[in-house]
Amino acid sequence: MARLPITKTPKVYVGGAFIRSESARVFPLRDAAGDFFANIPQCTRKDLRNAVEAAAKAGPGWAKRTAYNRGQILYRLAEMIEARAGEMAAAITLGGTTPSAAAREVAAAVDRLIYYAGWTDKYEQVLGNVNPVAAPYFNFTVTEPMGIIGVIAPDEAPLLALISLIAPAITSGNTVVALASTTQPYPAILLGEMLATSDLPGGVVNLLTGFRAEMIPTFATHTHLRAISAVVNAAERKALALGAAESVKRTILLKAEEKRDWFASALQGVDAIRDTVEFKTTWHPVGA
Amino acid sequence: MPTASVVKKSSRAPQRVANRVGRRAPELIFGDLWAFDPAPESADPKLKPRYDLFINGKFVAPKGGKYFDSINPANERKLTEIALAGPGDVDAAYAAAQRAADGVWGKMPGRERAKYLYRIARLLQDRAREFAVAETLDGGKPIKESRDFDVPMAAAHFFYHAGWADKLDYVAPGRRVAPLGVVGQVIPWNFPLLMCAWKLAPAIAMGNTVVLKPAETTSITALKLAEIIQDAGLPPGVVNFVTGAGDVGAAVLNHPTPAKIAFTGSTEVGKIIMRSLAGSDKKMTMELGGKAANIIFDDAPLDQAVEGIVNGIFFNQGHVCCAGSRLLVQEGIADKVLAKLKARIRTLRVGDPLDKNTDIGAINSRAQLTKIRALVAAGVKEGCAMFQPECALPPKGFYFRPTIFSGVSMSSRVAREEIFGPVLSILTFRTVDEAIEKANNTAYGLSAGVWTDKGSRILKLSTELKAGVVWANTYNKFDPASPFGGYKESGFGREGGRQGLLDYCKLI
Repeated sequence: MARLPITKTPKVYVGGAFIRSESARVFPLRDAAGDFFANIPQCTRKDLRNAVEAAAKAGPGWAKRTAYNRGQILYRLAEMIEARAGEMAAAITLGGTTPSAAAREVAAAVDRLIYYAGWTDKYEQVLGNVNPVAAPYFNFTVTEPMGIIGVIAPDEAPLLALISLIAPAITSGNTVVALASTTQPYPAILLGEMLATSDLPGGVVNLLTGFRAEMIPTFATHTHLRAISAVVNAAERKALALGAAESVKRTILLKAEEKRDWFASALQGVDAIRDTVEFKTTWHPVGA
Repeated sequence: MPTASVVKKSSRAPQRVANRVGRRAPELIFGDLWAFDPAPESADPKLKPRYDLFINGKFVAPKGGKYFDSINPANERKLTEIALAGPGDVDAAYAAAQRAADGVWGKMPGRERAKYLYRIARLLQDRAREFAVAETLDGGKPIKESRDFDVPMAAAHFFYHAGWADKLDYVAPGRRVAPLGVVGQVIPWNFPLLMCAWKLAPAIAMGNTVVLKPAETTSITALKLAEIIQDAGLPPGVVNFVTGAGDVGAAVLNHPTPAKIAFTGSTEVGKIIMRSLAGSDKKMTMELGGKAANIIFDDAPLDQAVEGIVNGIFFNQGHVCCAGSRLLVQEGIADKVLAKLKARIRTLRVGDPLDKNTDIGAINSRAQLTKIRALVAAGVKEGCAMFQPECALPPKGFYFRPTIFSGVSMSSRVAREEIFGPVLSILTFRTVDEAIEKANNTAYGLSAGVWTDKGSRILKLSTELKAGVVWANTYNKFDPASPFGGYKESGFGREGGRQGLLDYCKLI
């Protein structure tokens, strides 16, 4: 008799732990053929708030890591994905992507992480500078991470787009609470397992699955989220911008209705890191 | 700054002895005892009896034909009248700006754009004293500040940004930049000409064109700058000024034409603007309010620190978004600092802004005076100990004595709300961590000051303080090369430096 395989219960990765939604709700995920695959946690606003709390706890420690250390950890995350590339590609094909396209997406996601791993100890030299003020002061501008960044991933490119939004934020020491693709959440479930073995401290990246309509109001108004980096439609952009006004939150809102090539190198860069840092200028007197 | 001083005659010990260690220095007495002769600045501000809108390179009457009075807050007398823009005028300004962006300015080589900015800087330097007097008459700030700070710094901003216009390839490494197109800007009344320069210079250096609305109480120097813009031969429509109150500002900000909005003002209004622009594709920068902590450690050079505290809160009557309005003093030196501060504040001269000896001029408007009075009354009601020096105030005009509150708690309104007046709230702390916690315990995050003799402590504080600008052993220093802007509810985007230019371009 053939052995019945053990299927995995998908859990989201929050605060370094694998959890179900506090609501105990799930939604069924079907593969491209329409067959039942697994139940995915349908996270709630409360899950989002809990994730923000986890991100807040992890934030100061992550920001204080040396840039060299952050770079090695991002590199380690890439290693973890590369080692399980086949499994991740299979997760992507659930959404109907061809195996070769899925393999390309995994490779591109790994390369993107390597790209940002290399930036951790360099972006400061590009974004910050010493300012030649007309007075006897040593005046310098450096960057600092904003804090907790809310990420809302698009439905397409469920791994590559998610990585492309998360990586530049954590490169500079931010922590992230991300909502994965609603239609293709499984790659994010797997990514959580890779994050857990990557040396990235728990709580630095928190991944939620569920429905945007339920979560966007809380993403918009949660005052501890200092910025939102999202691929969203017109109504969602308006909701996020309205909520952002309440606490002067920064928003980086890409249009969901515009097609973009997530593989393009134009979608990575030091300017993406700049989107989630603050500039701080210090005046220090020069004298005896 | 008063230079003369006398030692109290009745003091028994001669000054030499009193200066010995362990003996308190005798108190210096100023006020009425030592009368200064008036020293009014007499340069002609060359005000016109009426100012029209500046659209498409010309002064034009508002379509509605209405004007409003601009008064001198120092004596409440009318200075001139200013055109009241209507929606049709705002449309015309944006149409001119769009034509200039498409037709001339956006295409012009950077090196040529640069020359216009250099010209504006030079022409402003030529007429510096005239502008300083006009600024002081219109806004109430002491002439020594408009003369030595506002006007030269405005010219410096044009000069600095001029040089960027042909070097934009160095602004965003790895990327090329392009102008956004038309920009709408609304500025406040605390540094009318300087804010105008902060907003215009980076925008037009980058190749954008501008519709700018000055504050309704302080439109004069913007319109005088329009004369310089004409003299400089700047192509028509590159810079347009529309004047009026909040409704005109709303029309400027909500107009469909601009690709970007830049606002400097209160956090309250900033949030209203953010809400009104929600769902639009407009880029924004917001330079909003603050409630800065000025932190004095027990190893700080105290006399220097006291000067810094005074400059931090009483500069420009405290109408400064980055004013050091919360003084955090280490507990062991709190009494000493308070005593020194009281003695120093007694020597501040409050009065005629045009007098070269004046330290604190007129409050910008009756509305602002009312707001300051209400918040100070709240501080008294909450039980904070208030100190104001005895000093005679002019009979007419809007004046407020320099005020310090001691024994203030973190929850007090005078420690949490932006007063935007000459009012200092003093709190104490014991440890470095407590200072950081208290300094950061605010919705704002624009600036902070640190006074200590220890370099490593300065760098620790500057790392931990959630503020866009940190001044160490100094306060209220500005420079066109130095980016300025806030964290948290003090806004986003930077003005000045390379970082400031990034907010006026798109990456291509």
